[in-house]
Amino acid sequence: MVQSPQAYYVPAQSYWPIIGAIGLFGTLGGTALLLYSLQQEQASLLAQIMLFSGILILAGMLIGWFAAVIAESRKGLYSPQLDLSFRYSMSWFIFSEVMFFFAFFGALFYIRVFAVPWLGGEGDKGLANMLWPDFTAVWPLLEAPNTDQFRPIKAIIDPWHIPLLNTILLVASSFTLLAAHKFLKKGNRPKVKLWLGITIALGLSFLTLQIFEYFEAYNELNLTLESGIYGATFFLLTGFHGAHVTIGSIILMVLLLRVYQGHFTGEKHFAFEAGAWYWHFVDVVWILLFTTVYIL
Amino acid sequence: MRQLLQLICSALVLSPGTSVALEFNMPAGVTQTSQSIYGLHMTIFYICLVIAIVVFGVMFWSIFHHRKSKGAKASQFHGSVLVEIIWTIIPIVILVAMAVPATKTLVDMYDTSESDIDIQVTGHQWKWHYKYIGEDLGFFSILATSKEEIENRKKKNPNYLLEVDNPLVVPINKKIRFLFTSNDVIHAWWVPDLAIKKDAVPGFINESWTRIDKPGTYRGQCAELCGMHHAFMPIEVKAVSEDDYALWLDEQKALKQAEAASTELEWSQEQLMTAGAKIYEKNCAVCHQADGSGIPQAFPALNGSPIALGPKADHMAIVIQGRLEKGMPAFGEQLSAVDIAAVITYERNSWDNKTGDKVTPAEVQAVMEKQ
Amino acid sequence: MSEHMDTAHHGPAKGWTRWILTTNHKDIGTLYLVFSLIMLFVGGSMAFVIRAELFQPGLQLVVPEFFNQMTTMHGLIMVFGAVMPAFVGLANWQVPLMIGAPDMALPRLNNWSFWILPFAFAMLLSTLFMAGGAPDFGWTFYAPLSTTYAPPSVTFFIFAIHMMGISSIMGAINIIVTIFNMRAPGMKMMDLPLFVWTWLITAFLLIAVMPVLAAVVTMMLMDVHFGTSFFNAAGGGDPVLFQHVFWFFAHPEVYIMVLPAFGVVSQIVPTFSRKPLFGYHSMVYATAAIAVMSFIVWAHHMFTVGMPLTGELFFMYTTMLIAVPTGVKVFNWVSTMFKGSMTFETPMLFAIAFIVLFTIGGLSGLMLAIAPADFQYHDTYFVVAHFHYVLVPGSVFGIIAGVYYWLPKWCGKMYNEKLGQLHFWLSFIGVNLTFFPMHFVGLAGMPRRIPDYALQFADFNMITSLGAFLFGTTQLLFVYIIIKTVRSGKAAEQLPWDGAKGLEWSVPTPAPYHTFSTPPVVGEK
Ligand code: HEA
Ligand code: HEA
Ligand code: HEC
Ligand code: CUA
Ligand SMILES: [Cu+2]
Repeated sequence: MVQSPQAYYVPAQSYWPIIGAIGLFGTLGGTALLLYSLQQEQASLLAQIMLFSGILILAGMLIGWFAAVIAESRKGLYSPQLDLSFRYSMSWFIFSEVMFFFAFFGALFYIRVFAVPWLGGEGDKGLANMLWPDFTAVWPLLEAPNTDQFRPIKAIIDPWHIPLLNTILLVASSFTLLAAHKFLKKGNRPKVKLWLGITIALGLSFLTLQIFEYFEAYNELNLTLESGIYGATFFLLTGFHGAHVTIGSIILMVLLLRVYQGHFTGEKHFAFEAGAWYWHFVDVVWILLFTTVYIL
Repeated sequence: MRQLLQLICSALVLSPGTSVALEFNMPAGVTQTSQSIYGLHMTIFYICLVIAIVVFGVMFWSIFHHRKSKGAKASQFHGSVLVEIIWTIIPIVILVAMAVPATKTLVDMYDTSESDIDIQVTGHQWKWHYKYIGEDLGFFSILATSKEEIENRKKKNPNYLLEVDNPLVVPINKKIRFLFTSNDVIHAWWVPDLAIKKDAVPGFINESWTRIDKPGTYRGQCAELCGMHHAFMPIEVKAVSEDDYALWLDEQKALKQAEAASTELEWSQEQLMTAGAKIYEKNCAVCHQADGSGIPQAFPALNGSPIALGPKADHMAIVIQGRLEKGMPAFGEQLSAVDIAAVITYERNSWDNKTGDKVTPAEVQAVMEKQ
Repeated sequence: MSEHMDTAHHGPAKGWTRWILTTNHKDIGTLYLVFSLIMLFVGGSMAFVIRAELFQPGLQLVVPEFFNQMTTMHGLIMVFGAVMPAFVGLANWQVPLMIGAPDMALPRLNNWSFWILPFAFAMLLSTLFMAGGAPDFGWTFYAPLSTTYAPPSVTFFIFAIHMMGISSIMGAINIIVTIFNMRAPGMKMMDLPLFVWTWLITAFLLIAVMPVLAAVVTMMLMDVHFGTSFFNAAGGGDPVLFQHVFWFFAHPEVYIMVLPAFGVVSQIVPTFSRKPLFGYHSMVYATAAIAVMSFIVWAHHMFTVGMPLTGELFFMYTTMLIAVPTGVKVFNWVSTMFKGSMTFETPMLFAIAFIVLFTIGGLSGLMLAIAPADFQYHDTYFVVAHFHYVLVPGSVFGIIAGVYYWLPKWCGKMYNEKLGQLHFWLSFIGVNLTFFPMHFVGLAGMPRRIPDYALQFADFNMITSLGAFLFGTTQLLFVYIIIKTVRSGKAAEQLPWDGAKGLEWSVPTPAPYHTFSTPPVVGEK
């Protein structure tokens, strides 16, 4: 049936959502069951099966659903209005991610400005130091108030080595992505592939270095999740950021694949832009992170 | 009007046995702070009442007069900037009027300086510890209501759930500063008559102060959900004259010395068992249950427990040091050597546990001193 | 998959797969509403257990640990399972109808948002059968009671919350996009009906704070399983940090639970007063003001936690200020009724009760906001009374009013007005009998979350319990009315309420499966 350009595309029934719900349940329920069973000191097989199949279903759903959307889009079913819907959704989704990180940054702020100084005897509630007479407040916190439970850190990560390098990599990747976008608009596809490829390479190098840094933290610096609040906030923020870089890289790879497939035109390439927004968002988070977690 | 209605209803439903005077308002209390809070509460309540009467008055008047069945014709006006501004400004003015006295009271409540007596209050699951700073005196305060009353097997006494074994004793007319903290989860120390409610947060210290005008017994409860027995950790404060307070202090110190001396005494198996049963009932039964059966997944059974049947040293170790991260308190800090010896002896020889062992206070003392 | 092209102009698919695979906003709206009704009864049964135990002093029916699980699950299920999905259901049905859109902007995502919920609640409810019991740390799950000292089922609780969060965020994105992008040509933002406006702002709140909830449960998960110390002073963290992050979510959350009800009431009152809403613009601005301010008042739940004085004062002042925009709304409703030509069908009765009882709840909220006085109120039944007044005759009455109001349009049948009125009066009496005496026991000193209490609280507790049984069983009547209407109600007219205005009434009754396939034109007056 021919659609008038004004009509809004309302898909009929779809299997993907319910598959997605099952997949999500498998993934999260499986994780919960696994952690639960580990707490009882026996890794449950059921949990592993559930988790594994959950992830598979979820991945299958994402691939299938996106494939369907891409196919519909390429069939020309989507009006400019729908395109705008996608844009709004993506921006609000990124806003929700911003709030997720906002909570973590807020926690870091609270810990540094209030909790740790109080425990160390400074500020309005410094009386708390009565309970931790051996504790002094410094940041980064090398020694937690209770050093039996939380093992001290030997040294902190020097921001001017790997982290600085990583900053340069990520900031550069934002620019290379901008370049790719520019060439996409101009229709220069070989250049798009080149710059997008470079962006992905930069992202992956970032991740490699990050893994290396974690490795060093655990093995040499004794900076771990269990080493008190400094380690906890460090891994929480960098870890979730790293997870987002991973997702971002996967998105960019899919985009590259689609460019190779001949998708996108100079005017219509919302998926590309959405991926780019996400990537820039991840980059901005890193810059905040680099200043507040590593430098300050 | 509604209150009246409610009162009548309750009078009708009232079963004759349980009658204790009906209370439906905040107590004015026995300190300056509590009285100014009571004043604030009443003022704001009356303001709210007036607002409610005006707003509902207009509404019900319209409902009554402007109904279709009375032939009311709808006007079509739908806004007036002037009115909107008026009813934005009036509430702001009212709020400012409320904020001024509230701020004053709050500032005063936060002034903990120049206290005469400092008491550290530590919340434990599910009891309070009071330490008189500078006096070398500290003790636990545990619910005194019997299980029979709670389980409806005995008539409830008027202080049901609000009575403890060792009340906190303080003098009147002195500025008392409280330092609140906790040993495990967050609790909140609340005595309505003193208008003190402060959370006891593990690892941190909160402060409050009071100066009591009138001698008497003031009761309160833990006010922050702290687990299973949150309903059963009351507070009892006995405010006495300064002289009585001094006497009481001396008495307590003498008691403490006698207790220390008893570690040296020779204790027979029977003595330890009887003492142990009491201590078990008071300190351990909340978690491990009176019959030693525990609660699955939360608190291990002691009846047949490998630790209670195994080497004495392990048993002493867990009771003295606890396993805080799992929820087992360190009783070395809470009980005397005699008590610990008694309770361990009791656990090793009760229910189906028949080790025949005896753990002496001296043995426990030795372990405790090693730490 | 079956994404065939001819989307418009055919009815619903046959069989039960219709409900699982549907992308139709009306189907999904129905699913949400039915789900929420079931959850209301699950959560209500738990309230029954609570009230039965509290009928008399002493422990008689349940052990304390189970009581705590009931309190916790009751709160969680009512908030996340009953009230929130009910409003999403209303939004699904009404927002497209009221703005002249063919459907929600992202229909498949809409289906996903819903179908995550049954799984999430299955997970949450399954904890009741686990060794060690369900979560027992209150719906506010303060650390360290919910971390170090939690039952093992806490892990499932955390992931269930994650799933609810994902569902809510996607649902909210969908609603925002629908409102921004799918309005009928010519309909400007300031032409939006108030229900749509309030939901737009609610959706914004949801997107802003659900991620914060996700963040806080994530930190809990780390503390429970990975040895971190966010909420543990021994490692340099702070249990109070948990409360700050939690309430940063949970205060806006309480407005999430009431703003759509404001919207419903703002639709109903003009209809039955046969008079335009007074102060449309100020209603919109007031709603927005409430939403913005809700981000800076969170610590009024933490007055006794030992914040520094400046913090106490700041949060006291900001909290008090929220009374101003809320007052504007109340005054506007009253002025709408003033000089109207009122009739009192069931939706209007619930709406009026909403205004009166919500205001009572709001005024007690204002008393709680007075920090020094809150030292006496906090964690007592006075607080329980406050929030049930704003939630039960507030949010829940708002939902019920909306259901009665739009039901004729949804199913083409009219409910029985006599039964509706009976339902209203029994609910009204029941709700006040239940929650009004809670003010008294709270002031007299009864803490919340306790299975047993001192003797002086006995009489009022008995009244409360009786009221609760009355109110609860009355809701069975509600279910009966709905079922009876849907199956054998009298046919409803196209415009069942003579004062009703708006696009939703322009479609036939019952609303066809697909509406506004060609957009209506709005605007030229
Ligand atoms: C729908 C949900 C909802 C709503 C709308 C509100 C609205 C308000 N709430 Fe409530 N609240 C809860 C749900 C809600 N609350 C819940 C669930 C809890 C407990 C959580 C827990 O601990 O489990 C809670 C707890 C709570 C506390 C913490 C108490 C404590 O634990 O110690 C406080 C303290 O300030 C508070 C204040 C307020 C205020 C000031 C408002 C204001 O928005 C009210 C504004 C309305 C009015 C004031 C009435 C109308 C106005 C007029 C007629 C104008 C004229 C008025 C004046 C000038 C005074 N609430
Ligand atoms: C929107 C939210 C909402 C709603 C609708 C309700 C509804 C009710 N609540 Fe709820 N309540 C909360 C939110 C809500 N509550 C929250 C957030 C808490 C705090 C939790 C915490 O402290 O952590 C709380 C806590 C709370 C307490 C305090 C518990 C405590 O501190 O220990 C009590 C006590 O009376 C209570 C009672 C009731 C009653 C009687 C109803 C009634 O309105 C319920 C009406 C019942 C029904 C509509 C269904 C009726 C069911 C049937 C008819 C089925 C019949 C079944 C049998 C006979 C088994 N609630
Ligand atoms: C607040 C709850 C609580 C109280 C009160 C309590 N315990 Fe325990 N107890 C526990 C928990 C939880 C454990 C399990 C610790 C673990 O997992 O290793 C435990 C373990 C034990 C064990 C080891 C049992 C085993 O088989 O592992 C002994 C012995 C014991 N407690 C004795 C006592 C004694 C004696 C008292 C009172 C003086 C007492 N407990 C009071 C919570 C409590
Ligand atoms: Cu301690 Cu509640
Ligand atoms: Cu709030």
